[in-house]
Amino acid sequence: MADRALRVVLAEDSALLREGLVGILEHAGHQVVATATNADELIAAVRADLPNVVITDVRMPPGHSDEGLRAAAEIRRDHPQLPILVLSQYVADAYLPALMDSAGTAGIGYLLKDRVGRVADFLASLDQVVNGETVVDPEVVRQLLARRGDDGPLSALTAREREVLGLMAEGRTNGSIASALFVSEAAVRKHVGSIFAKLDLGDDSDRRVTAVLTYLRG
Amino acid sequence: MWSALGGNPLRFVTSAWPWRSLAYLFTAVFVGLLALVAFLITIAVGTVTIPLVIGLFILGAAPALGARIAVVERRRLGLMAERIPALFPETEPQRWWKRPTDPGSWRALGYSVLLALVLWLVDAVVVMVVVATVVVSAISPLLAHYDTVGMLWWQLDTTREALPFAIIATPVSYVLGAYILTALAAAQSSLARILLSPREEELEARVTELRQSRLQLVDAFETERKRIERDLHDGVQQRMVALTMLLGRAELEVPDGAGLALVRQAHGEAEAALADLREVVRGVHPRVLTDLGLAAAVREVADRMPLPVRVDITLADRPPAQVEAAAYFVASEGLANVAKHANAMSASITGWRRDDSLVLVVSDDGNGGAVVGAGTGLSGLLTRLDAWGGTLVVTSPDGGPTELRMECPWRTEP
Repeated sequence: MADRALRVVLAEDSALLREGLVGILEHAGHQVVATATNADELIAAVRADLPNVVITDVRMPPGHSDEGLRAAAEIRRDHPQLPILVLSQYVADAYLPALMDSAGTAGIGYLLKDRVGRVADFLASLDQVVNGETVVDPEVVRQLLARRGDDGPLSALTAREREVLGLMAEGRTNGSIASALFVSEAAVRKHVGSIFAKLDLGDDSDRRVTAVLTYLRG
Repeated sequence: MWSALGGNPLRFVTSAWPWRSLAYLFTAVFVGLLALVAFLITIAVGTVTIPLVIGLFILGAAPALGARIAVVERRRLGLMAERIPALFPETEPQRWWKRPTDPGSWRALGYSVLLALVLWLVDAVVVMVVVATVVVSAISPLLAHYDTVGMLWWQLDTTREALPFAIIATPVSYVLGAYILTALAAAQSSLARILLSPREEELEARVTELRQSRLQLVDAFETERKRIERDLHDGVQQRMVALTMLLGRAELEVPDGAGLALVRQAHGEAEAALADLREVVRGVHPRVLTDLGLAAAVREVADRMPLPVRVDITLADRPPAQVEAAAYFVASEGLANVAKHANAMSASITGWRRDDSLVLVVSDDGNGGAVVGAGTGLSGLLTRLDAWGGTLVVTSPDGGPTELRMECPWRTEP
């Protein structure tokens, strides 16, 4: 169950998926205040009645390219405090810069649509985004790591440190990383410190996901 | 065969040419006779039934009859070691009510009429005279034993008289006959070749037409793939995602126990099916390619490879959809081959535009020895690229490195 009932605006052009998402959200006790099937409707819905969070598909009519993403950027300009969760059909890190660079300080998320079927995980990610965190799909992180794996300071990391870096990039807390790797939180803290030292990143725990992702995008 | 006629007489006489010519002329008699009968029947029946309208159709079939005879005649030219290409495959059904559209058919009709009215008669007479002369010369001693044999201005009454005649006249008539038969056959087969061969410009037009239809086929193939991808993506895939959502919700609803275990299992199966489906769609025409273009799509393939792949594709604008798709499949097939066979540590893909061509190079540091052969997924791509005037070349010396290089015109119109 969610921390609190959220007022959600949902943009998704496929009726099947839209209904599925509404079902999941309402089941979790959230309220879908408006649904949209294209970018213009989404922006209008947010203007008409400011929600707690926006969930939007990346590709929507008419162009079926990245309308949802552009709408998200526009909404961020108008409402920098509004968390946005973006759903994508496939991993395309071309979307990542657009999301990371969008204005605002509120939480942002980028998940694959397949992930929604894991209802509990999806709802947890939604809560993280609403709480101001950055959440990136593990698959996207895996690919970023794979791409940066062959050169530079990343090769200086131990296997365990790379694992921790991946989990950090997904937006996990130290506690969550500790339980995923079956180690103590103190051990995770030690790894994180070592990673930040090796990659020469400032250890600002609030924005560490952004820092890691920015580094990985390189 | 003209050169055989003019060459060494000894070699000519002992060669197969005289016999080939004999066979050619001999069969011409039968074909010509049959053609004559067929034409006569067609015309007769056609004329008689004109009042019933159907006669017009029967008369209209004459050109088609000519075409049929031409088919036989082209085959028969093989006897004279001539091979002429047919403009259309002979297995193509020729409907008798269809008027011939190419001028070749009218020439074929003309030749057939000539064969039916003149050629076979000439051949029959010449073959008969030559064969009779040689045979009678050879057996004249035997004949003279029973009766008087008159050969030209010789009168042979006894075997003794005939024997020296036979010894001299048989070879002479054989050589003479060989030259006559071969000359006639050569003349007729040349005539047939001239009338039954497609003209240069007809061949050219036909080649252009075939090239056009190959392009259309390739295009249709691509369009069809896109349609299948769209159907899968907008239909089945959406339903599968919706199904996993529903099962995910069910997991939260169903109380702990055997029921929940089943729902979890169903959820797992649905996710596996979705993953399989995604793999299929990727092989047909990946959505990320349609949406974001070559660089993003290739990067996605590269990221799924078990070895590090450097992707460097810089294109100011997107190539035509078909070229883009071909390049994508070259990249993905190339990488799959690298992962499977090359024993490589790393690979790279570079793409750029050079003048009016898209160039894409897949290279690896493996141990070389690769070929683009039948059985690899690349052979189909080779056909497609060829249709647009593109190329796909592998350089892979033993010990590596291997380079797969695709070049394709930016335009796909001819």
